[in-house]
Amino acid sequence: MTDMGDTSYDRPSAKRGGNLLNDARFRGWVSQAIVLALLVAGVSYGIFNIAQNLHKAGITTGFGFLFEPSGFDISQTLIPYTSQSTYADALLVGVLNTVLVSALGIFFSSFLGLFLGVVRLSPNWLVSRMAGAYTEMIRNVPLLLQILFWYLAILAPLPGPRQALDLGGVIYLCNRGLQIPWPHPLPGIGLTVATIIIAVALSVGLILWNRNRQRNTGKRVPAYLISLGIIIMLPTLAYLASGRPIQWDVPALKGFNFKGGITVLPELIALTLALTLYSATFIGEYIRAGIMAVNKGQTEAAHALGYRPGLTYRLIIIPQAMRVATPPLIGQYLTLVKNSSLAIVIGYPDLVHVFAGTALNQSGQSVEIITITMVIYLGLSMIISIFMNWYNNNVAMRGMQ
Amino acid sequence: MTRAWTPQPSAPSPVVSTGVLGWMKKNLFSSVGNTLLTLLGLSILLVIIPPFVKWALVDATWLGNSRECCDEAAANGQFGACWTFVKVRMNMFLYGFYPEEHQWRVNFTMLALLFQALPILLPDLFNRAVRIAFNVLTAGTALLLFGPVPMVLIAAFALLPLLLGRLSISGRVPQVPFDGLGGLATRLGVAALAGLAGGALCSQLGGDPVASLVGVLTGLLLWILLQFPNVTAAAWRWILLFTAYPLLAYIMLMGDAFGLPMVETHYWGGLFLTLVVSVTGMGTALPIGILLALGRRSTLPVIRTVSIGFIEFARGVPLVSVLFMASVMFPLLLPEDVTFNKLLRALIGIAFFYAAYMAEVVRGGLQAIPAGQYEAAKALGWPYWRMMGKIILPQTLRLVIPGLANNFLSLLKDTTLVAVIGLFDLLGIAKAAMADADWLGFTKESYLFAAAIFWVMCFGMSRYFLYLEKKYHTSYH
Repeated sequence: MTDMGDTSYDRPSAKRGGNLLNDARFRGWVSQAIVLALLVAGVSYGIFNIAQNLHKAGITTGFGFLFEPSGFDISQTLIPYTSQSTYADALLVGVLNTVLVSALGIFFSSFLGLFLGVVRLSPNWLVSRMAGAYTEMIRNVPLLLQILFWYLAILAPLPGPRQALDLGGVIYLCNRGLQIPWPHPLPGIGLTVATIIIAVALSVGLILWNRNRQRNTGKRVPAYLISLGIIIMLPTLAYLASGRPIQWDVPALKGFNFKGGITVLPELIALTLALTLYSATFIGEYIRAGIMAVNKGQTEAAHALGYRPGLTYRLIIIPQAMRVATPPLIGQYLTLVKNSSLAIVIGYPDLVHVFAGTALNQSGQSVEIITITMVIYLGLSMIISIFMNWYNNNVAMRGMQ
Repeated sequence: MTRAWTPQPSAPSPVVSTGVLGWMKKNLFSSVGNTLLTLLGLSILLVIIPPFVKWALVDATWLGNSRECCDEAAANGQFGACWTFVKVRMNMFLYGFYPEEHQWRVNFTMLALLFQALPILLPDLFNRAVRIAFNVLTAGTALLLFGPVPMVLIAAFALLPLLLGRLSISGRVPQVPFDGLGGLATRLGVAALAGLAGGALCSQLGGDPVASLVGVLTGLLLWILLQFPNVTAAAWRWILLFTAYPLLAYIMLMGDAFGLPMVETHYWGGLFLTLVVSVTGMGTALPIGILLALGRRSTLPVIRTVSIGFIEFARGVPLVSVLFMASVMFPLLLPEDVTFNKLLRALIGIAFFYAAYMAEVVRGGLQAIPAGQYEAAKALGWPYWRMMGKIILPQTLRLVIPGLANNFLSLLKDTTLVAVIGLFDLLGIAKAAMADADWLGFTKESYLFAAAIFWVMCFGMSRYFLYLEKKYHTSYH
């Protein structure tokens, strides 16, 4: 109030020059320097402590441990693995198990989610209310609780192998998991495999030809139906013609356990089930929001042009709804992959359980192992988001990219 | 001669298009497909609901205090739920292993939080009369349940904001009359002296272990009073909620001061621990998230890079691995003799993990504010923090309520993950309850009870955020 007299309406902090404290650029540099200094100091303090602590514990750092035998067994391995295998193998097993359960979860929850989203908008009051009730019920309960519920309260009390539930004579469900038959290829399977590839190539060609023809002439054939027929018929014919070169390994009760077929671990079932049921509620909501975001005029225009409701949905509404729904869907798939790490509470051998759990306890290489685990999750997230962003760019409105 | 036109009474509407029948025809049986769907839905409901009701209510055992009651019912052919199990363990579910004679401290802390937070959370309900009635009611409850000293504390939380707000606004506090470094130093000096005095007083009163915290709090409050003019009573309420209340909760729950015995955090558990983790998580993640979002949109390259790096890292990894990192790496990052509480590690992990998600939500809101708002503030010559605090952030936070609600809900649900690193939250207690040798085989009851509590909390919270969204729905176009 001193230098500007009574004409000042403001606090005099805005006076020019002189005071470096009031210079925005100077303040910017100072605050950045402080942040940088704190960061460097914190990181070097942490590294110093880590080095000291590891030295005291007698642990040598480095990634050499990856090529030593791990010495532990894993209950589910998609590649050959024994306790003599290396830590790197264990890591790969863990990654593959994570990918397996994430892929299963994404696949099933997409279908269930699409179903829920469409059903919730159905004109049928009862069914849409049921979908709504399901959504509100499932998504307000923690996923971890649901996983534990399915695993400990539903699957664990199932009867043992001798009283296993018989699902159609070839599939059995007991407290050791789901026993399903597994195909073993015999010599001569090559023909069938080759036919499958040819059939797929033919179908793709047909669809492309049909799309081109429709663009040029307006005429079209039901290409999707025909290609479905091709893909089913041709390999079946080849399979029969070459003398059924697949032997089905059917599970059967021998003594106290099942022999033959493969066993789907109860941990995998519980995790897939919980991930699917939980994520589907979110996916359903995104799909519903997407469909509701499509202008009503689009439906009316399609009806005015004589499109049937099913065709309207498939050709007009869903493609536009996907534009709105895709970005949150990307997020949901990423969340699902990250949520698969909850496997650790029921002992499903995923990346975190095998590597950040067992391998860490065995080797003591905590810094390296936590780093590798984090890097792999970051990598998985990146792959999914790159793929989904590519898809998003494809479905996004032209001219708005 | 004219003939008067007498209108015919209108024909009754067709039976099948109005009333219950009409509604059913329109909504349930409008076509063959629709009818099939309805029948399918009905059959699914019939398969699920009657057996569940029979299990959970009709055949359930509610009475008694021991396993025999449930076994007897099962022997009589009533294979229902055994809610006796939950009833017997209710104390565990609510407080974990917190010593029974000290559980009033938990109750008091929760009551104080409710009392502090309700007027802030539901401003519409609280006009002057209701507020006075509410304050009197809460103070009376505190007096009846906990005694005179807690009542004084509760009353202080009600009166202090009013007093401080009055002091701030009417300028009865002698504001330090000069600006710049000298003024700042004077204000900090006065605050430091007051802090020392507060700490010494607290130490004298028997709160030796927390004296430094009380001193810091006293100094901080005085500094705010001296530094910023025109802080309203409502703002003081927020400030106290974020400074004085956590200190009170710490003293009450941990103890070791003012004659309250210490209760180590490994005795904490149950719903109480879930509330501690989620409330602290929400209270810290949002402010950190706002700072990160501002950092990400900052023009200062170092700050922007650090923010982006942190946000992208935290969003790319699962919370489980962050908690693992917190429990495995924190001890390595610190010198050997420094031990770090397990609960605190989990809290830090959750706060920073969710801060990254909140930051992305807030960033979305910041980008949606029209550039004119920024430009207008700059044209008035407002400095950065005043522009953000008074113009941009209030609009942003209103815009992003739905996104924040999603994150708060996820945070509440993800507090269950602390069970992974060995804390006994509600879910951890539910899991531990099943290991009791006297009560084997009541897994479903245990989980369903925990699920019901979580459901009520999450559903209530989502409804509350819907209310907020509606209340603050403002169009900017």
